[in-house]
Amino acid sequence: MSVLLPKKSTRRQALRTMMGGGVMSLTLPFLDCFLNDNGTALASGAPIPVRFGTWYWGMGHTPGKAVVEKTSTSPGIEFLEETAPLIPHKDKMTYFGNFNMPLDGRSNYTHHSGWVIGRTGSAPEAGGDIPAPTLDLLIADEIDEGTRFHTLDATSVSIARENYSARNTYNRAAAQVDPVALFDRIYGPEFADPNKADFKPDPAVRLRKSILSSFTEETRDYMKTLGAADKRRMDEYYTSIREIENQLELQLQKPEPNEACMVPQRPDEPAPDEVAKVREMDSVIENHKVMSKILAMAVACNQTKVFNMVFTDNFANVRRVGETYTHHLLTHEEVVDPELGYQPLTYWFNARSMEGLATFIETMESIPEGGGTLLDNCLIFATSETNYARLHTIDGVPAYLIGGAGGRVKQGMYVAGGGDPFTRIGLTTMQIMGVPIETWGTKSLQTANPITEILA
Amino acid sequence: MTYRFSKVLSKAAALTVAAGLLVGCGESEPQTGGAPPDMRRLTTEQYHNIIHDVFGEYIVMVGRFDPLVRTEGLFAVGARNAPITRSGFEEFYKVARSVAEQVVSNENRAVLIPCEPADVSRADETCARQFFTEVGRHLYRRPLTESELSTAVTAAKDVADELGDFYAGIEFGLAGLLVTPSFLFIIDETEEDTSSPTGMRLTAYAKASRLSFFLWNTGPDDMLLAAAEAGELHTAKGLARQVDRMMRSELLSRGVRAFFEDFLDLEKFETLEKDTIIYPAYTINAAQSAKEQLLRTIISHTVDKDAPYPGIFSTRETFIDSHLGRIYKVPVSRPDGGWEPYTFPEDDVRAGVLTQMGFLALFSHPGRSSATLRGKAVRELVLCQKVPDPPGDVDFSLFNDPNAPSRTARDRLTAHSTVPSCAGCHKITDPIGLGFEHFDGIGQFRTREQGAVIDVSGDLDGTQFTDAIGLAEAMTEHPGVPACLTNQLYSYAAGRATDRNEREFVRFLEAGFVESGYSLKTLMRDIATSEALYIVSPPERGPDGMRAASLNTSFDQERGS
Repeated sequence: MSVLLPKKSTRRQALRTMMGGGVMSLTLPFLDCFLNDNGTALASGAPIPVRFGTWYWGMGHTPGKAVVEKTSTSPGIEFLEETAPLIPHKDKMTYFGNFNMPLDGRSNYTHHSGWVIGRTGSAPEAGGDIPAPTLDLLIADEIDEGTRFHTLDATSVSIARENYSARNTYNRAAAQVDPVALFDRIYGPEFADPNKADFKPDPAVRLRKSILSSFTEETRDYMKTLGAADKRRMDEYYTSIREIENQLELQLQKPEPNEACMVPQRPDEPAPDEVAKVREMDSVIENHKVMSKILAMAVACNQTKVFNMVFTDNFANVRRVGETYTHHLLTHEEVVDPELGYQPLTYWFNARSMEGLATFIETMESIPEGGGTLLDNCLIFATSETNYARLHTIDGVPAYLIGGAGGRVKQGMYVAGGGDPFTRIGLTTMQIMGVPIETWGTKSLQTANPITEILA
Repeated sequence: MTYRFSKVLSKAAALTVAAGLLVGCGESEPQTGGAPPDMRRLTTEQYHNIIHDVFGEYIVMVGRFDPLVRTEGLFAVGARNAPITRSGFEEFYKVARSVAEQVVSNENRAVLIPCEPADVSRADETCARQFFTEVGRHLYRRPLTESELSTAVTAAKDVADELGDFYAGIEFGLAGLLVTPSFLFIIDETEEDTSSPTGMRLTAYAKASRLSFFLWNTGPDDMLLAAAEAGELHTAKGLARQVDRMMRSELLSRGVRAFFEDFLDLEKFETLEKDTIIYPAYTINAAQSAKEQLLRTIISHTVDKDAPYPGIFSTRETFIDSHLGRIYKVPVSRPDGGWEPYTFPEDDVRAGVLTQMGFLALFSHPGRSSATLRGKAVRELVLCQKVPDPPGDVDFSLFNDPNAPSRTARDRLTAHSTVPSCAGCHKITDPIGLGFEHFDGIGQFRTREQGAVIDVSGDLDGTQFTDAIGLAEAMTEHPGVPACLTNQLYSYAAGRATDRNEREFVRFLEAGFVESGYSLKTLMRDIATSEALYIVSPPERGPDGMRAASLNTSFDQERGS
């Protein structure tokens, strides 16, 4: 059973709820060790928060070209040609191999089931179905206090729908597709530079907050006459308002000085002819690079503690100049080269995706924070939706946890799943991030067994 | 008061000459049980239309609202499940503030605010009340309650007092109105009705909204609100009078356009991309023109000429501009990019919307055509038939034989059909899609692929054809064409999928559609004046709050071969 707890509960109350008032000592010691302020402090003396992010690429890896498989969990990841860009960062991540996604008789909705299971713990009932909240939102619900944005979501593939963060099928926010719009959203007039000497709250902000509250209070009358589904949507609406009220409230407070925060340069508006080729791989890589910088600095500037970056979508609608097929179609239509033993063009796309991941890691590492880097205080869940896209296999979907999570995890590990449910990775991730949850997933995907081998 | 909406609609009103009672002829309408009231989030288009209609088209709105999920083949149905997410609300609030700022700007305030304050540096409750009363009625699609009005006026006063600016008060208050559920959701408000079998009915204002969003894709105008206020929409005669007035309005084209954008999934144009090395003639302008051509052709045929709907698949009459002229290789007389009527000659390879660039490019890959995507689009969008999802475990190596002489799409797809798990679906889609293979991935005509002559013969549910013209003719005769349109148009109007208890009613509508000679306008009128469209049953009280809905999202992603 999936467990989603009310945000404002204490951990002890939450656990009591989860256990139905029964035995509740199972996870407290485990959680307590994470909730201690064991990171280094900012110059202001405030503890450095631990942040969470996801990074997504479509089409998985080329079999035999990415990571040397191991049968037991041990330090050391052996990267191969396709993942060569990750070699310089191998001590900053853990790789998870051979974790499975049992479907319990449900269909494998191609390029959909994999990401949904990986992020919600449940297999979808239909193409497009998202049966439970994604883990990034469960984490954000727990840790978003004091930041402007619950999450920040961006995609370099320029399809706003392609955001793998959702409460359910219908509650799925659009991802930011335009670097300029992403920049303006974060660093526009509402942004308060923490390192600016003078701070004068704008009286209009207080008025806006007050007015927003008065209008939305007015509309609560509707709740009386609505059906259950619409009441739920109204609840979501009020939650959304609270986020804006929270944003406005933060604008009235002087932010803590933060030496890691340096506002990046606003990107140039794209020339009209560039708009026509946004899904050429070279453009995607460039777009991703720019967006990564904006996003990483937003994290450093404490604008959000949770972020989602989509490099390419689950149908990998990216192409290479002059090729008739997209990456996705190549995985199916390209012939396996008998001499090479793999699909060379598909491999080219997969390898470029790993260049993208390396860029993202480097961007996070380039920002000094406390005694280390931003990456040391983040945990990034990087994954795809298939293992071998040509056959749509979802057992053994590659997954990485990148960053030090403020000292909470070991790095440089290879974790051998041995066919265990993929949900063990998500459960472990959420526990590391402080979500008071002891079981996660449904049916054969349900697990109460975190991967303790990676804990520091 | 000079709201543009009032101007536009008074023009429409002028066209209305006691349309008379046209309902009540023929067979009586089968009874339905209706559906529970719900609330549908405004689409981006509806949001823009309302703002433009109320304040003028010069109001600029920059922002991307959360996408809707296409459900049962329509975004209009997905709207009833659409929430307002956190980042989605942020976007609505940003746009609301921008709209409000523009309304009170120095350039616009004299036109858009119906009164002048006694002193611009102070609150003026009388003027603020007048503004919010008039504007609020259009934004909420009903008069504001006294409490709602008081909230807006008080907000404006508080801001004006604190900032010393009357217009800032109006601005802040308007921004507040624009993010309330009453504006952002089309809410089916109900009232008790002892004469109804369900004991309840939509309020007259809720009826007005349903009608207006269906026919015009915007909120009700002054006259429709007045009719609601007078209770006229609760009578068959009063309802028909308003429907006929609205059917005569120039805004009807906008409503029909919105329906076909949804019905044919034209939102896909937003993410359409082609490889310009492979297709040098492809430009963003050409893609935009292609979408516009589709819609112009349909509206001209079904609204302006009131010609039989299936004819959109065979008509040779269309409109082109210079961008399309280059794709179709036909001369245009307006090289400035303007539109002009054009009729493809009788011996031309193109007839109907399915042979236009819009359809052909949209259902192709970035670098090649796709008989499967095109066939699937015809099946799912135009005939309302569900093509199963591809199997998850197919081994493509079975037909990826590097030594096979596959030069044309037919060669490749024949290979697919040798695999039993693939053959089932490809047999449904490919015999249609192969009929379009004379058109490449952006709709340019060709006769050969990789040097081989292309065979474009095929079959549509038993009707053989030899080329796209033959396919177009077969489409006009296919019984699924009017049946699909009828069902989807009613779903679109109601904002939900048709229910089991409405099957007989939908068949009744279809019979009327056939009898009218497939007049889309007659069908729209029949739906708009029906009782079924407005019947409501008690609200759903499900434990989890999620409505059952069948998703049809497979088309939202590019897949297949």
